[in-house]
Amino acid sequence: MNNNGITIKISGEAGQGIQLIGLALCNIFKRCGCYIFANQDYMSRVRGGNNFIQVRVSDKPIYTLRENSDITVAFDKKSFLLYKNTLNKGIIISDKKKFGITDEFPGFLDVPFYDLAEASGNDMFINTVCCGVILALTGVDFSYLEQVIKESFADKGEEIIGKNISAGKAGFDYIKNNFKDDKFKIKTGIVNQTLLMNGNEAIGLGAIRAGCKFYSAYPMTPSTSIMDTVAHFAKEFNIVVEQAEDEIAAINMVIGASFAGVRAMSATSGGGFCLMVEGLSLAAMTETPVVLVDAQRPAPATGFPTRTEQSDLDFLIHAGHGEFARAVFAPGTIEEAFYLTIKAFNLAEEYQIPVLIMTDQHLADSYRNINSLDLNKVKVKRSIISKEDSKSISSYQRYQLTPTGISPRAIPSWIEDVIYSDSDEHDEMGHITEDGKLRTEMVKKRFYKKAAGLTRKIERPTGFNLKDANNILLGFGSTYGVMREVCEILGSEFGFLHFSQVWPFPVLETVEVLKKNKNIITVENNAGGQLARLLKRETGINADCSILRYDGRPFNLDFVIGQIKQLGYSMPNLL
Amino acid sequence: MNTNDFKSNDEIAWCPGCGDFGILNALKKALVALGKSPKNILLVSGIGQAAKLPHYIKANCFNGLHGRALPPAVSAKIANRDLTVIVTTGDGDCYGEGGNHFIHNIRRNVDITVIVCDNQIYGLTKGQASPTSDLGYQTKVQINGVIMQPLHPLEMAISLGCGFVARGYSADIDFLSSLIIEGIKHKGFSLIDVLQPCVSFNKKNSYEWYSKRIYKINEDPNYHPEDKIAAYQKAAEWGERIPIGIIFKQVGQTYGQRSGIDVMAPLVDEDINDINIANVLKEFI
Repeated sequence: MNNNGITIKISGEAGQGIQLIGLALCNIFKRCGCYIFANQDYMSRVRGGNNFIQVRVSDKPIYTLRENSDITVAFDKKSFLLYKNTLNKGIIISDKKKFGITDEFPGFLDVPFYDLAEASGNDMFINTVCCGVILALTGVDFSYLEQVIKESFADKGEEIIGKNISAGKAGFDYIKNNFKDDKFKIKTGIVNQTLLMNGNEAIGLGAIRAGCKFYSAYPMTPSTSIMDTVAHFAKEFNIVVEQAEDEIAAINMVIGASFAGVRAMSATSGGGFCLMVEGLSLAAMTETPVVLVDAQRPAPATGFPTRTEQSDLDFLIHAGHGEFARAVFAPGTIEEAFYLTIKAFNLAEEYQIPVLIMTDQHLADSYRNINSLDLNKVKVKRSIISKEDSKSISSYQRYQLTPTGISPRAIPSWIEDVIYSDSDEHDEMGHITEDGKLRTEMVKKRFYKKAAGLTRKIERPTGFNLKDANNILLGFGSTYGVMREVCEILGSEFGFLHFSQVWPFPVLETVEVLKKNKNIITVENNAGGQLARLLKRETGINADCSILRYDGRPFNLDFVIGQIKQLGYSMPNLL
Repeated sequence: MNTNDFKSNDEIAWCPGCGDFGILNALKKALVALGKSPKNILLVSGIGQAAKLPHYIKANCFNGLHGRALPPAVSAKIANRDLTVIVTTGDGDCYGEGGNHFIHNIRRNVDITVIVCDNQIYGLTKGQASPTSDLGYQTKVQINGVIMQPLHPLEMAISLGCGFVARGYSADIDFLSSLIIEGIKHKGFSLIDVLQPCVSFNKKNSYEWYSKRIYKINEDPNYHPEDKIAAYQKAAEWGERIPIGIIFKQVGQTYGQRSGIDVMAPLVDEDINDINIANVLKEFI
């Protein structure tokens, strides 16, 4: 194993169980104490096409993908043709007989997946054979696979478990007998008891921990697994998950539930968020807290439904008619996705505003094993008039003008008075008004005053190597991982600044870091260099250049290093 | 409780003679009769003249977006089932802009009462056709008369499985009030479409026009609102004779029963301060 671990790619058609193999391998490598990072690349179809999952395994924490793989398993001829020339020092594995492959070259390892699977009872077991193959290549004890099979097929009975174990063993033994090289052997036992999850699961768990009691959304890739996660645990935590008839209904339901006093959220992708924009403005006007996730995918319109992009930055910080305060988070890691979701709920409730969490398909679907989630790092902080205190309130104004712009928020039926809330411009009572002076005060309340408060609570950007580096990479959201690994490799000349909150923009912190005449390079999954432009607008600082990728694919270590090299920097050769 | 307990101090912005006044009075009467306390009532509306109604009653009010009265109404009820949730909406708000929510919230069957102030015209935007405008009716936009077929909300609601489908008339306050009482008592989505003259813009469907045609179906001992086929026929009756009353009634399972929230504490009462997810995290190890 080299310094950057081993990279494994399993490629085949949709419907072949590629993701299952990937997840099983992640589980196994996690249990044997390795660090992993895995990402699936899938097409917007249920069967056919080409899907792959890349699993990186290392003895140190890893955060991003590689361009090429050390071990590639091709589960169809198309995959074989696609990857056979990308090997470098790696190997490609496929089933010569099944796919009619006539090639012979040193990096090709023929494994009769189908024969081995059928010998164990069914050609459906090729996935299990594949797991056995990978375990043998990486030097992991077979017992790990045995254990995962027993757990995965616990409800399928002894016979299925037995046949799968036999299929796994067949793959494992085939490698032991036919591939003697141990160059892919990995170090195990580095970490224990890690948690394996993806960004969407982390957001779902954050919502549960934050006390979200109502979740409404219309399914939209790549946001849907947040809904799946919340729904999975909904019964245990008394949460109502309601699939809406459209995104307009989703956000309006979230607003209604929140008005009634429960923490509520929705998640969608760019197209669905477009439908939510009127509701976003309603939340701001009625001062109803909402938490919304935009798991970005390539756009405009339907774009690439299952791929990644960061092109909604400008949209999210401006979305909605009219002027109002909001916060926009852009978590860079699984841990941040969890903590910032809780913070989003607290902040939305405190300021009675919409808080947006901007992720993308890459963060949403990438798996990483993390050491732990600190349940005390961000605690739930309620900002409503408690039920106890409500009993003595017999006269109430929902939109009482205050120096902070925040009116004490009562819950309907808890207080002795009634509450009027309106999407029209309204007076302090909540009744419709056309008074110009009141209008001015209400705009100040919703916009200036709340924004001033939010600016004091900005999530500080994360810095790395800032002290010594002359070259600073700048990014937001899911590019944290690639910037981190790039800087770890490039040494003291390169550092990065990562924004996990993009609105209000952390102007002071950014200027403080960048004022020393640094060479600034933004790294963005979009075509417009939206972060560079935001930086310019908010701080007056020009980025020197931008590394942009907008082919729908995530950045990886090799891609960014290659781009930096093209900018004229001398680079070490990556293994 | 008496009518004064529901008196709001907000100035009414409707035209003199507007049918909405009758609906407002009927609603207040119904709330008094039911003995509901203002703080336990939530009125939700979208946009339009009918949507201003919640401001004119002392009760909780959420006046949201055009066409979007139903989604926040059902979710507020889901969040706090102790609230009596009533939607006051119009034909444009509910059947036009909000048509998709109308369809799916009947399916959802949350226990709310929806009063549609149906004046067959767009009032607040000054006189364009609404989804229920009669074929051929001329406006300054539909210059040659309406060419779209009118939407039939009652037939639509029956076909979607709505368990309480009624039609009222804004000038018959006592009768309308009795329909609202029955609608609120019904467990599930209750629809009360209320014929309501627009004195400013609808020159056809006036008090006189409606009064000549309206009759009460429930006075006919042979009419059984549980009979779905008969209900369809009554719902379709329009023209020389227009039935009002409870057109269709059927007890079915509500959202609260199907989802299980009826047997849980109201969501709003959940203590969320330190939700223990330690066991959940173990599933990820």
